[in-house]
Amino acid sequence: MPAPAEPGLPPAAAPAPGPSTGAPARPRRLLWRAWRAVSERTLVTLIALCGISAIVFVFGIFFFICREGAPFLRDVFTFKGFFLSQEWYPTSETNRRFGILALLAGTGSVTLLAMLFAVPFGLGTAVFIAEFCGKKAREALKVMVEMLAAVPSVVWGFIGMMVINPLIVRFTGAPVGVNVLNAGLVVGLMSVPVIVSIAEDAIRAVPDGFREAAEALGATRWQLVYKVIFPAARSGLLAAVLLGVGRAVGETMAVLMATGNSVNIPLGRGFPWFHALESVQTLTATIASELGDAPRIEALANGTYPPEAHHYQALFVIGIVLFTITFVINLTADLIVRGIRNRK
Amino acid sequence: MSHAPTSPTPNLAAPDADRAPRAPRFAATDLTRRKLRAQRAAQVVFGAMAVAILVPLVAIVAYLVARAWPALGWHFLTGVPTNGMRSGGIWPALIGTAYLVVFSLLVAAPIGVLAGIYLNEFARDTWFTRAVNLAVVNLAGVPSIVHALFGMGAFVLFAGLGKSVLAASLTLAIMTLPVIIVATKEALASVPTAFREACWNLGATRWQTIRTIVLPNSISGILTGLILEVCRAAGETAPIMFTGAVFFKAVRAGDLFPYRPDEQCMALSYHLHTLATQVPGVPEPVLYGTAVVLVGFVLVFNSFAIALRMRLRARKKW
Repeated sequence: MPAPAEPGLPPAAAPAPGPSTGAPARPRRLLWRAWRAVSERTLVTLIALCGISAIVFVFGIFFFICREGAPFLRDVFTFKGFFLSQEWYPTSETNRRFGILALLAGTGSVTLLAMLFAVPFGLGTAVFIAEFCGKKAREALKVMVEMLAAVPSVVWGFIGMMVINPLIVRFTGAPVGVNVLNAGLVVGLMSVPVIVSIAEDAIRAVPDGFREAAEALGATRWQLVYKVIFPAARSGLLAAVLLGVGRAVGETMAVLMATGNSVNIPLGRGFPWFHALESVQTLTATIASELGDAPRIEALANGTYPPEAHHYQALFVIGIVLFTITFVINLTADLIVRGIRNRK
Repeated sequence: MSHAPTSPTPNLAAPDADRAPRAPRFAATDLTRRKLRAQRAAQVVFGAMAVAILVPLVAIVAYLVARAWPALGWHFLTGVPTNGMRSGGIWPALIGTAYLVVFSLLVAAPIGVLAGIYLNEFARDTWFTRAVNLAVVNLAGVPSIVHALFGMGAFVLFAGLGKSVLAASLTLAIMTLPVIIVATKEALASVPTAFREACWNLGATRWQTIRTIVLPNSISGILTGLILEVCRAAGETAPIMFTGAVFFKAVRAGDLFPYRPDEQCMALSYHLHTLATQVPGVPEPVLYGTAVVLVGFVLVFNSFAIALRMRLRARKKW
């Protein structure tokens, strides 16, 4: 991309080559300068354009998923029928119903369970890395956490299906091992790195003066952590948890392979533990598993859509819901983190 | 005077004599003992937590490799799937992933690096810059399946690319853009402002400063970002599912250019997904082998990035 500007920039060209005296040198040098100014201007514009590309893309994402989902929003969507109904029958011949309550419950239950694992372990690891271990161990642990974050989500899903699935069947006696518990474990492990890295940043952002003051009063490391660090880094830790939630809500391949994909609200067998042994389907997995089979059908001549067209559009509306959820989570986390930075 | 050389001996002995009575004076109170016990317990618990999240990583990689061992070998990498994908190799998926990664890098690298330059070198601290930064964070936080929907709506349908290598790589590029932007921004931010000021004082323009001073001093950090982008793009499945990845495509073994940019291609991550969920009766070594190749590729590249960053930090002169 910077190719057109390259020739204009070599500093070696400053003393003009060729005859340095006489009439022809001057216009050439002027031309050279003009070219350099123009190319610099072009390049800076290009850089600015790329700089704002992120905004363009975020709006683009919102625009294009709305564009595909708009007919559904116009013709079929009702708040009650969409958000408050658990009847997801998008391909029924007689009565198509698009209620995502069960899908929301699926996403919610997996996220909740994932956070039950990931928040204590993530924050604990962050505290250990930031406050308790030596320099070498810190580097090693951070590298390992980064590696954990690098494992692709489809591999996590594969592990859930092939490794955790039989273990759950053996140890709990559940009929199938692909369920909330499985997905919760897998997604929990996937969100731990996010929580660790953000929480560690938050802990390290606590001014050293706080630590010194506490140590001067004779506090042990642990007292320092829970009496000084936790309160001081509270909002940063909250942001870390929020971003972990965002990661868990948006996770697709792992939950597609590890939840069992049955539209179901995991309630109703008594003791909470057993709910985790029910299969569910999340918002993300619904899109991933159904978009391939949902045909995109153009509008009829009179501008309306045949009922078969609504499945495809409803999946894009689910995309809008997911986009909104993660947008709000990221916005909140960002405001919290920025709040901390401004206060300092 | 003659005693002087021997005088150190009694002085050295004196503290030894003192040590015995000192113990009771500094004995820990109950409170201190409890405090220290809590401290030790906390250290052990937090350490155990750190180990507990990292053990699965090691265990899983070891387990995958052990199960995949019979299938792994050169012919597995360069062979084509046979017998309805139940035997043979993974070459078409491997080369397909390479295609997607290279194309997405070609798109994301210039945009991402320039965006990083803009955010660190040009942008002032205004509400607009804050909005851009927020957009970067959000772009990273948007679920991968929503990126897939976007890719489908924008590239496959609106731009008319159809399901193709091109559409899939563009989707991947936009999804992985934040990785490059953030890495570039951090790399540039670590170059001291004094370097830039010195260059400006010599009469260099902004871009000359960036090109001759800032970029050379931050190139390793930017490279780290690019490698991380490669890892991310290679591992993603959801964004390519509906924009260009295909279940099966006949490819000659070892063929380096099997796909055209406007064709669909196979991809390693999608191949693993289909093998695991759509094809019944795949022998375990083939399944696990595919997973190991994917994980291995990503982890090896990631360690390159980490090694590069550590070298950079060790070599830093300022």
